[in-house]
Amino acid sequence: MTADGGQKAPTKEPKAERPAPPRPAPPGPAERSATRGGGTSTFSGSVQRDPTRFAPALGRRHMFGTVFAVACLLATMVGIVVLMALLYDILVDGTARLSLDFLRAYPSRMPGRAGIGPALAGSAWTLFLTGVIAFPLGVGTAIWLEEYAGESRFKRVVETNIANLAGVPSIVYGILGLTLFVRVMGMGRSILAASMTLALLSLPVIIIASQEAIKAVPGTIRLGAYALGATKWETIRHHVFPMSLPGILTGTILALSRAIGEAAPVILVGALGFVAFIPKSPMDSYTVLPFQIYNWVSRPQAEFHEIAAAASIVLLVLLLTMNAAAIWLRNRYTRRY
Amino acid sequence: MSDTEASAGKRSTAWGQVSLERRHARERRIGVLLIAASAVSILTTLGIVGVLLFESATFFAQVSPIRFLTGTRWAPLFQNQAFGVLPLLAGSLLVAGGAALVALPIGLLSAIYLSEYAHDRVRRIVKPVLEILAGVPTVVYGYFALLYVTPLLRRIWPGTEVFNALSASLVVGIMIIPMVSSLSEDAMSAVPRPLREGAYALGATKFEVATRTVVPAALSGIIASFILAISRAIGETMIVTIAAGASPQLTLNPLESVQTMTAYIAQTSMGELTHGSLEYQTIYAVGLTLFAITLLMNIVSGIVLRRYREVYE
Repeated sequence: MTADGGQKAPTKEPKAERPAPPRPAPPGPAERSATRGGGTSTFSGSVQRDPTRFAPALGRRHMFGTVFAVACLLATMVGIVVLMALLYDILVDGTARLSLDFLRAYPSRMPGRAGIGPALAGSAWTLFLTGVIAFPLGVGTAIWLEEYAGESRFKRVVETNIANLAGVPSIVYGILGLTLFVRVMGMGRSILAASMTLALLSLPVIIIASQEAIKAVPGTIRLGAYALGATKWETIRHHVFPMSLPGILTGTILALSRAIGEAAPVILVGALGFVAFIPKSPMDSYTVLPFQIYNWVSRPQAEFHEIAAAASIVLLVLLLTMNAAAIWLRNRYTRRY
Repeated sequence: MSDTEASAGKRSTAWGQVSLERRHARERRIGVLLIAASAVSILTTLGIVGVLLFESATFFAQVSPIRFLTGTRWAPLFQNQAFGVLPLLAGSLLVAGGAALVALPIGLLSAIYLSEYAHDRVRRIVKPVLEILAGVPTVVYGYFALLYVTPLLRRIWPGTEVFNALSASLVVGIMIIPMVSSLSEDAMSAVPRPLREGAYALGATKFEVATRTVVPAALSGIIASFILAISRAIGETMIVTIAAGASPQLTLNPLESVQTMTAYIAQTSMGELTHGSLEYQTIYAVGLTLFAITLLMNIVSGIVLRRYREVYE
């Protein structure tokens, strides 16, 4: 799992445009003593040192090393400590408000009675619809890229395009969804519009993850199937796809779990702030959990902040479950060849 | 046994009674479907660019792009309207700059630690934890920024406003640490072991190997990760909407309330403006600016990554 964002540093490219030699390591004791008899050192970039007075300064260098190692360790700890602080704070603020009623109640002007029922329902709806839309499109694109497209210029254009899309801010997807789905295609402020927007948002991640999974299937499997007379699609459907499915599903679940945590595109596309009903169809208006959290955080009263924290706990638990499922899937079903 | 010869003809095959022609016809249909699926990604880009350009055109018909790009006052909703985007841009850059100051050193040092110093067991625990940091929804970060970081800052610097850029900066920085750390570590692990071992053999300490051999060798990947992380920070919406404020100001003081491009878009779209009005179309103009900046940064990052990579056999 790589962190969110653009490209992973490609570690498998066979050629570079400028294969440069590695920079020389600092002159060590061996080289210095080699030039001792010959007068001045040939390393013109460094200070002219008298090679007969060699001072490895090991103590000082090792001290730097220890200080640096401690600094690196502290840096790594910063992220972890802040995460712990964040989780602790949210738990402290929100646990008191967590209850079964909270999970089912509607939002209300009184924080004591407000709940996330419609928000959970809206998130469930969008999760389902986004998955239904994005999974076939994403996997189809990955299959086409890996199996059907040769090493052509067009393929590289498509891949570059997908990598760029992965880096587009989520709010720009929201602008696209607002204009295209809500207005031009007339879906209004509906769950369908939100799901389609979130599907577009998740597509690049799903495509890249699926591509990796399909690439990992050894070529011998395909060759064996072709040798037995299978067509390309038959090979994919019966061999390549089932074998890459765990990786594909892991990537899809991770992409979807990010999508349900997104509030920005959903704001643009028209989630409502006060939804007093459970949506019954994809064309209904709706709210989702992250938007509800935002709504409550933006209010000045402290009680709303508490229920925002409680809703955050629910959201985090949801995400944790999905991520754990994705990891479990990957560990259990990935076969090594 | 009959049918031992040529089983792929019109005779019954292991795939039932389906003839070769039928199978090939199905292949073609499926090929078309797959190409259609792939076209969605192209259409998405075209859609984004098309929508932004088309809708901004109505805005730029009334406000000249020069005024937009160089004006220092952004007040589309006041009596005395002004459409200079620089305050919003400054807000975004202020937050992203602060975030970079936090995330780039911490991310790089974390990556060096994980790549060069950490035991395998430590790495196996720390890496997933950093991934969790990347997975926390940004609304939750926004909550943390407004209700924990800001009060802390206000105790340290009593003049800090309730909505301020620093709080958002710090939290956005925390959020992008995993990006810097993960991508830099990928770049560093692509540096082959023999290079490190050669440096050790010449008497370098671990610190020297890390800073003078590995990091320079992985530099293109590291810089690319920096650029991508900053681009992500500029595009971040919820943390700044919740914690940084809604007052566009051209200021370098992080203790003041600012408004970023993303926050402006989010906050305006929740308002009561009608589509087609000049004020509403500002969403598209600002969105276009945001998209152009992040796209440029992503492209530059890709170029840095590919053209300056040092590949070792």
